[in-house]
This record gives sequence, C-alpha cells and structure tokens, in this order.
Amino acid sequence: MSEEVKVLGNWGSCFSRRVELALKIKGVEYEYIEEDVYGNKSPLLLKYNPVHKKVPVLLHNGKPIAESLVIIEYIEETWKGTPILPEDPYEKAMARFWTKFVDEKCLPALWRAVWSPENEREKAVEEACKCLETLQSALNGKRFFGGDTVGLVDIAANFIGFWLRIIQEATGHGDLLSAEKFPTLFKWTDEFVSCSVVKQSLPPRDKLLAFFKARVAEANASK
Amino acid sequence: MAEEVKVFGTWGSPFSRRVELALKIKGVKYEYIEEDVYGNKSPLLLKYNPVHKKVPVFLHNGKPIAESLVIVEYIEETWKGNPILPEDPYEKAMARFWAKFVDEKCLPALWKAGSSPENERAKAVEEACECLKTLESALNGKRFFGGDTVGLVDIAANFIGYWLRLFQEAAGHDLLSAEKFPALFKWSDEFSSCSVVKDSLPPKDKLLAYFKAHIAGTKAAETNASN
Repeated sequence: MSEEVKVLGNWGSCFSRRVELALKIKGVEYEYIEEDVYGNKSPLLLKYNPVHKKVPVLLHNGKPIAESLVIIEYIEETWKGTPILPEDPYEKAMARFWTKFVDEKCLPALWRAVWSPENEREKAVEEACKCLETLQSALNGKRFFGGDTVGLVDIAANFIGFWLRIIQEATGHGDLLSAEKFPTLFKWTDEFVSCSVVKQSLPPRDKLLAFFKARVAEANASK
Repeated sequence: MAEEVKVFGTWGSPFSRRVELALKIKGVKYEYIEEDVYGNKSPLLLKYNPVHKKVPVFLHNGKPIAESLVIVEYIEETWKGNPILPEDPYEKAMARFWAKFVDEKCLPALWKAGSSPENERAKAVEEACECLKTLESALNGKRFFGGDTVGLVDIAANFIGYWLRLFQEAAGHDLLSAEKFPALFKWSDEFSSCSVVKDSLPPKDKLLAYFKAHIAGTKAAETNASN
C-alpha cells in the first residue's frame, strides 16, 4: 500500500519544523504544504485542525493529527527505524518529562523575556535563565539530550537550538543564551544545528533573521 | 523481584489522584505518602522532584518520575493488563491530543472562570464553556472518552468529572450543567460512579468544605484589597 504522508506547516515555525525533523530522522518521504498562518489559513488547515486551527498538522493516509509532540510520538510508533525515544520505560519517562519542561516552562519563559517591555525585562530574563539552567542540567555530559543521537528532547528544544540565537541577534540582547552563562547548553546548540539531519530541517538563517528584525522594528514602532 | 511502588500525593489534588486511578485500574499495589503541599513540603518530595517541587511523584523501585501524565504513560507501559491507551497508533494519538487539550486548555480556562474578579468573569466563563463544548464533542456518543472503559482522556479529565461540580456547588455558579452540556454531564456521572474511579476520589464533604473555605478566603482577600 502506498503511503501518503503530508505536513501542513509554516517555514518559520519551530513547531512544524519539529515534525519535519522527526520525519527526516526516520527517512520518511512526505509532501509539505506551506500555510500562511498570519494571513489566510487554508480551508484544509481549518478542516484538519478545527480545535486549534494551527500548524503543524500531519496527514497519514488522509487521517489528520495535530500538536507537534503528539505527532512525533505517532511518528515514533509508526516508523520503527532510528528511534527518537529510548526503549527503557524509565528513560522514556525522563525524555517525556524534559520535553514537557521545554514546552511548558522554557519556551513561554523565553518568549516572555524576548518580547518584554524594558521595565519588566530583568525579571523575565531571570526566570528564563532559571529554565535554561535547569534544562542544561538534563544534558548531563551527553552530546545530545538523546545521548549520542538526536532524540525527543532535542527535537522539542529546537527553538533553543536554533531560533533563540537568531532572535537574540535580531533584538540585540544576548543575555539569555550565551556561552558564558550556559556553556554546555550553548555547545549543544552548535552540535544540534550542525548535525546533518537537523541542518536539512531548519529554516534559512537569513530569512529568519530578517523576519525577526522586522518584528522587532514593528514592536518598537508601536511603543 | 519484590516491586516497590510509592506515590507522593495530596488528598485533594486531581493530579495525584490521576496517578492513583491509573494504578487502581492496573491493579498495582502501592504505598501512598500524603504531602502537606501548602504547609511543609517534605525533604523527600524536594529530593524526588527538584524541578517542580510538586505532587504527584511516583517512585518505582526507588526511581522517581514527576508530572502526572508522564507517570500515567509510564504506568501504562510497565503494567500490561487493562490498557489505558488504545492499541491503534492513530487512536492513541487522538487520546494524547485530547488529554493535552484537557490539561493545556480546559483546566486553565475552568480555573480562570472560577477565580476571575467580577468584571472579567463573563468573558472567562464564555471561554471555559467553549472548551467544555469542544471536549464534549470528543465523547462522540461513547460512554467514556476511552470507549467502554475509562482511558487516558477520562483520567486526565478527572477534575471535570468530579472536582468541578463540587467547586460549582461551593461557588454558586455552574459551568458544567446538564442543560448546557448534556453528554459531558452524563459522562461526569458515569465517571464518578465507575467502581475503580470511586475508590480513587477524595471524600465529597471534605472537598466541598475545602472549596467553600478557599472561596471565602478569596472573597475576603478581594474585599480587603478593595478597602
């Protein structure tokens, strides 16, 4: 039976890139459909993700799944080669714990710190840095969170691995993720982005930088 | 090998009760340790959950796991009888999607609706009702979200199945009513009267008294704040 795999995504979204990275790790061919999430969401997107109306959505033989981490667990179970999760149930639970920590604590804290008005910035940066410090501890001397190869936590932390340093360049604030403050986490970001399967799944650097510079300018103009 | 299973929880927390429910469904014996989360968190809790310092924490042969839904997935994988998740990968993904929806959208919206100041209440209630309506659609004529038996989504939605109606009674409002959400309301009856669930719920009177005191405390603080 021929397999039909499609991804509805957006070029700059770390969430839709997570799904693409998981598929690339597994060597699964898929059709990519770009969604204009800021302008016009397509009828297909609204049909396949009526609850959240967001990307990414995975379609496997016509059946849709939304929410990037739910999709990745599905990908892991459906295509057996090159595992993304550890086999041991306890280690699997640890991977899921840290993935949740990235999604529910780190990313919101980082986002708040990036877009904070000046008077709230110090506190927001402090909270974000606490998250980064805690996340760094999970690396525990390994090359990737997944050990020798990229795993679920690395995929979940892709925003930190690639997007964050570009945003820092766009905003001119380098006080979140730096080699001085978080040496092992910083080193991980280098390992992550230079890893060949990851490299192929990242948005173009210049385009992303320009995108964030424009958003920073917009935010400043409205002050 | 003798199995050592422990749960650090608190009697009123839906999150720690989720873990207890999963263990009861699987028929796994465990030792329960009550934590005083408002007063004094024990050194053990802080040792086993240094990141969040919260209940529940699950210990299996000395190895700790935190976060209720992570724990429930571990329980599912470790003890094979009475599955909590569907076997089919697509149905499993649907269950995880809805469990996430409950945790990330429904519960915060319900909490906000219950604790909003007067001037923000109408909007908060509207948003909470939208969540309940969406969740109700996932039932789709089934007895439980899990089908004929309690599954991951039912476990995740335990707050809605039991706590919410007591909270409403204490607060004098009603988000979840039989008129507004007949299928979801019926589900909450099915859920709380299901024998394995019943054994894992906090006592009604104690929880009601707790909510009444909490609401009185919030009102007093609001009154003081506006004086």
